[in-house]
Amino acid sequence: MANDKSSPRVEGILVAILFIAIGVGYAIYGARSWFPELASRHGSGIDAMITFVLVATGLMFLIGHLVFGWLIWRAAARDRVTSRLAEPRAERRISITVGIVIALAAEGGVIAIGLPVFGEYYGDIPLDAVDIEVTGQQFAWNNHYPGADGVRGRTDVALITPTNPVGLDNNDPASADDIVAVNQLTVPVDRPVKITLRALDVIHSFYLPHHRVKQDAVPGMSIPVWFIPTREGRFEIPCAELCGLGHYRMKGFLNVVSQAEYEAWLDEQAGS
Amino acid sequence: MSEPQSFIRKCVFSLDHKVIGIQYIVTGFVMAIVGGLLSLLIRLQLGWPTTLWPILETLMPNAYQSGVMSPEFYLAAVTMHGTIMAFFFVSYVLVSGFGNYLVPLQVGAKDMAFPLLNMLSYWIGLLSAIVMILAFFVEGGAAAAGWTAYPPLSAIATAVPGSGLGQTVWLLSMALFIVSFTMTGMNVVATVFSMRAKGMSMMRMPLTVWSYFISAVMGLLAFPPLTAAAIMLLFDRHGGTAFFLPAGLSVGGQLIDVGGGSPLLWQHLFWFLGHPEVYVLILPALGITFDILPAFTRKPIFGYRISVWSLIIAGFLGLIVWGHHMFVSGMSPFTGEYFSLATLLITIPMAIVGVCMLGSLWGAQLKMATPGLFILGLISLFGTGGFGGLFLGNATADIQLHDTYFVVGHFHLMIGGVTVFGLFAAVYFWFPKMFGRMMNEPLGRVHFWASTIGYYLVFLTQHFVGLRGAPRRYYSFASYEYLEGIATSNMFISTVAFILGAAQLLFLFNFAWSAFKGKRAEANPWRATTLEWTVPSPPPHGNFAEEPVVHRWPYEYSPDGADEDFAGQEVDGSTVPVTA
Repeated sequence: MANDKSSPRVEGILVAILFIAIGVGYAIYGARSWFPELASRHGSGIDAMITFVLVATGLMFLIGHLVFGWLIWRAAARDRVTSRLAEPRAERRISITVGIVIALAAEGGVIAIGLPVFGEYYGDIPLDAVDIEVTGQQFAWNNHYPGADGVRGRTDVALITPTNPVGLDNNDPASADDIVAVNQLTVPVDRPVKITLRALDVIHSFYLPHHRVKQDAVPGMSIPVWFIPTREGRFEIPCAELCGLGHYRMKGFLNVVSQAEYEAWLDEQAGS
Repeated sequence: MSEPQSFIRKCVFSLDHKVIGIQYIVTGFVMAIVGGLLSLLIRLQLGWPTTLWPILETLMPNAYQSGVMSPEFYLAAVTMHGTIMAFFFVSYVLVSGFGNYLVPLQVGAKDMAFPLLNMLSYWIGLLSAIVMILAFFVEGGAAAAGWTAYPPLSAIATAVPGSGLGQTVWLLSMALFIVSFTMTGMNVVATVFSMRAKGMSMMRMPLTVWSYFISAVMGLLAFPPLTAAAIMLLFDRHGGTAFFLPAGLSVGGQLIDVGGGSPLLWQHLFWFLGHPEVYVLILPALGITFDILPAFTRKPIFGYRISVWSLIIAGFLGLIVWGHHMFVSGMSPFTGEYFSLATLLITIPMAIVGVCMLGSLWGAQLKMATPGLFILGLISLFGTGGFGGLFLGNATADIQLHDTYFVVGHFHLMIGGVTVFGLFAAVYFWFPKMFGRMMNEPLGRVHFWASTIGYYLVFLTQHFVGLRGAPRRYYSFASYEYLEGIATSNMFISTVAFILGAAQLLFLFNFAWSAFKGKRAEANPWRATTLEWTVPSPPPHGNFAEEPVVHRWPYEYSPDGADEDFAGQEVDGSTVPVTA
């Protein structure tokens, strides 16, 4: 601590500039659109939630670092302490203020913006939803449609073969018109889609980055999830839960098509 | 207490808390070298996925066949990096190491309450570390199911190569780790309750001691369930039980003939430990901040009592929010929303702690030295990382962000950043006390600048990769069209990661060199107030020649009436008025 008077000042200013630069630099870097292009209805609500937190924390991050840098700058320039103890009342007042601000940003955000979307996403699934069972396995997504009768045939893991990836029981009359497609999930645009997630071997996670959908597929459980795709196109389905060596290449496709194309596709599958 | 004379009793099988603390710290840094090298191999793969590495093939022929990292080794590296860094580096250095070293000295005790238990704790801890490293050399390689070890992936040997013997070894090591950690925790609690010096009331304890105390209580409550879970998983793997395995499993075309269990049960048990673990690690870093900072601002900290209560409340809330790791696991959304609201409550005490840190700079006279600089870096990281928590604790936002690089960036700023900056600051600050020598300041400055800039460029950038939807634990992103844009970010992050890694070599060199060749330190080189600075550096066996008497709180900087700009806790009120 035997430094002379000038060098700590210079160093303090440099350190202050470092933190100010971090605050300003990342506030500028972060202030742009980051999400994969939106393609579902409820997704706009999730984007609004994330954007609210981004703006709130971005401002606190920026202001916090400016104040921090300023405090360091000033403190490094002093040769004696100018304010020793704060009044206990001041300590309490400042803490309570900070508590209220952060509570509004955090809890207020999740209740006011997040909860309605959360309620819709996990709420009642429309009865007219397109109904598909998706079973994750190492390393593929098996998509099982009920076909024209609207009922999926019985499945049994003991019946699984390379040509019968979901183990469909052909003795069950409901199986006759079922459609099974591996890694290709075809759905109509602008209609609710209900996916019932299952897993054959280990935990997988069904992730639609463009649709703001993520749900683990857990062995022993059937977990429904639903969304309304709003854009036609071919979207990638990555697996988001570590599932083994091929985790990184467990890729499916979500093909969102018009109602007419969807019906044509169903007919084509039923015929084959 | 008589001082042992033989080398073995003095330096190897020692009962002295200071020796045990240093043993933990050195063990932790050795483990950090292993964990750090693994992280660089991970970054090499992510930054330059198509480049061949013939040198690495020569060094590790199994992991780098024809010069390319195998996916098996990638997953083992990811798993072991996480496990080693969280449990065997930060836990050992910051919690067991500095906890052991500082708590008795700062409360004015001769040693921990149970010295023999303390020694046992270290040797079991060392055994657990060795067992963990051995996992690399067993058939199938080290565990590869992630540090969270979710079954069925971790339960069925054929699910992934690492789930062979490697996973068994991992589970045994974790069970041993918890045994060791629980012993240290009991010691800290007992020492704080029963061995404080005269006058050292609870509300005169340094926040360092408070934070170790809260952390130890949390560890005692939260860690043992994972021992139970680890034993249950071992039974699932080798005993034919099915605690975590449901009926109807088929792995690689092979039917698994058990059933009745639940994979989610493991997740609850794991995170019942896993989340409090974060607080067990981070609270000491925050406590240490409040004790190092005033030595370089030369004024009392802002809001001592408020900070104590904030840390207690954060610790309590930390025990009841584990489910925020499981929002998309299939858990009930009603439970999820509870966990979300409870998690976001923690932001209140934590924000208050952060503001008390900022307030401590108000009107201060800042002295420049490496420990203080790392504390400033810690405060910045604590704010930034904390803001990231507002995204992930929010169940709605987490639908999109769960298991993406946003999570990776976030926890590296918190349990990989705040804790590590706290631990660096602690090393620079207490090194003179431990070894009687100063660490080299210019090297320390370089280490600070490189680490601060490096941490931000690596881990804050990862947040934005996560906002683009990049999932974690991916060996390669090459086949995903929507992630084309992150290749440049990954290369940038990897480049900075190597610079960051190189800067840590400076630190290790500084540590080793200064221990033998550093400038001689006085008893109190930072002119600080807590009791450890009243004894010689290094302190003798038994710490205090006579039992110290405490007359004041530990933040008496720049008081009226003192000859110097501080008054230690042992200074009585007749010369310098007592603030608290």
